[in-house]
Amino acid sequence: MRLSIRNPADFWSGLLFVAVASTFLWIARNYEFGSPLRMGPSFFPVVLSIALAAIGLVALLRSFTVAGDKIGGFAVKGLLLVTLGSLLFGALIERAGIIIAVSTITLVSAYASVKFTWKQGLIMAAVLSAFCALVFVYGLGVPMPMFGSWFVD
Amino acid sequence: MDILSNLLLGFQTAGTLFNLGYCLIGVFLGTLIGVLPGLGPVATIAMLLPATFGLPPVSALIMLSGIYYGAQYGGSTTAILINLPGESSSVITALDGYAMARNGRAGVALATAAIGSFFAGTVSTLLLALAAPPLAQVALKFGPPEYFSLMVLGLSASVVLAHGSLLRAFGMIVFGLLLGVVGTDANSAVQRFTFDIPELADGIGFVTVAMGMFGVGEIIRNLENESDRSVFVSKVTNLMPNREDWRRIVGPILRGTALGSALGILPGGGAMLSSFAAYSVEKKISRRPSEFGKGAIEGVAAPESANNAGAQTSFIPMLTLGIPSNPVMALMIGALIIHGIQPGPAVMTQQPALFWGIIASMWIGNFFLILLNLPLVGMWAKMLTIPYHILFPGIMVFCAIGVFSLNNTSFDVYLMAVFGLLGYVFAKLKCEPAPMLLGFILGPMMEENLRRSLTLSRGDPLVFVKSPISLTMLIIALLALLMVLLPSFRKTREDAFVEED
Repeated sequence: MRLSIRNPADFWSGLLFVAVASTFLWIARNYEFGSPLRMGPSFFPVVLSIALAAIGLVALLRSFTVAGDKIGGFAVKGLLLVTLGSLLFGALIERAGIIIAVSTITLVSAYASVKFTWKQGLIMAAVLSAFCALVFVYGLGVPMPMFGSWFVD
Repeated sequence: MDILSNLLLGFQTAGTLFNLGYCLIGVFLGTLIGVLPGLGPVATIAMLLPATFGLPPVSALIMLSGIYYGAQYGGSTTAILINLPGESSSVITALDGYAMARNGRAGVALATAAIGSFFAGTVSTLLLALAAPPLAQVALKFGPPEYFSLMVLGLSASVVLAHGSLLRAFGMIVFGLLLGVVGTDANSAVQRFTFDIPELADGIGFVTVAMGMFGVGEIIRNLENESDRSVFVSKVTNLMPNREDWRRIVGPILRGTALGSALGILPGGGAMLSSFAAYSVEKKISRRPSEFGKGAIEGVAAPESANNAGAQTSFIPMLTLGIPSNPVMALMIGALIIHGIQPGPAVMTQQPALFWGIIASMWIGNFFLILLNLPLVGMWAKMLTIPYHILFPGIMVFCAIGVFSLNNTSFDVYLMAVFGLLGYVFAKLKCEPAPMLLGFILGPMMEENLRRSLTLSRGDPLVFVKSPISLTMLIIALLALLMVLLPSFRKTREDAFVEED
């Protein structure tokens, strides 16, 4: 019998758990372990990482024996654009200011929808940036610049 | 009577015009997000948390609690009217609620949900008022070993009550605990897993994680298959249940309230599990089980009472022990800490106005919900017609601004994007995010209590079985886990969730 993955959800989450556990273990080698009486900084994380690695391994092994949840396709476009939109917002908020940052995240994430039209997108960007500027900057006094360091010295 | 004077104090606190206003805002926003799909109470409370920093702690907590139980309520409106549950706890209501709406009885279904919820809310608020003081008394005697074991019990229960694969739920808890360790070690001041990033020295922000996993991750998931929501909204006429209806809903409401109150205290399950359990009980004991799914009024009354009761009693562990039973309660704890109040058994004696004010506000909030929901149901029905592709860019903007304004740093926005991705990947892998968040919030507390216990006992791990309270909790945790391994219980657990798919 050929070895095949019969439970993709178990397989990939098992792999993820093992990867995370190994990373934490690798970094934790720099910290002192201590003893139960005097737990060092790495005591708790190391114990947890070993537990997580064990869980991950069981999931990996089980994925070859017991059939289970399938994963299905990924929403690649949505995933990329929504993430990109957030990253751009973070990069722009202090440099370009709230109006440009809000318009950018609105347009970039809205573009992920199959129902996106430029007209609607631009209206949404205008309405949302005006609303946020009024409510958050003027109204609530959240310290975000209207126009950021690119425009104001 | 002590309890009466306490409740009086509570109503005096919650009854000021200022606090009534925030209670109303809370339940209004809660209903709104309950009606709008793709935005849950966790993401909303996380978003609004920064806006409450300027409020007095009582008003902040009153408003945030209102959002929580308001969302349960609003979720059932959409479940009944368009067969789209706004919240996971109203999934079960959609089965019979929507069937009733199709039979032209939408009004009666909505009224039943409202009556059941209000009754359950009243009973569980009283229960909270009665149970909290003795529980806090017990909790005052807790030392580090008892707290550690209590958290072990809480996390085990959240595994048992989690939806889907047990093994992966376990993995998610441990993963959450590990993430919670990131930041400066309280004892040695060593910066752990921070990659020398100064923003991580204080640890990963809970709000950032919650907003990423529950807000952004959910948006990506909804973009996967953008189906048209049916804009057909059933007409609402004739709200009042008739005599036959009344006769049929009394039992389910009582049983739903009892079941929901009990399950709400347990970690992990809360409102959602309560509604599932209440529905299966009614279906089992009904003389007409074949009517279920085709518009049985019992199938609306029981889960709606149960989820509201569960939402209310899930405050008990948070208010008395300082331990969250679900992600919303974890956010509440975060809110209390930001206001300089350490959640735990001492809150009741040191901040009686806050404690009883929150409890009293729940009853007031439930009353507001009836007022908001029944006469205004037409307005909420209109909200349902807002298409998702208009809605979600706005949610993204509010998430980003909310996260940024926590510490005024772009780093948190980047971190939110990372957790959004992670949340989506976990959703694809059918790993529940809720146990991870519980682990994340409990991680630092567990480490601290473990360290203290072991220092007190001079490194002897038997300290956890030497204290009778701690031993009892560990045994219950073990029994709960063993029970899951029993084939018969496994089957029941799968059955309880199967109706959702």
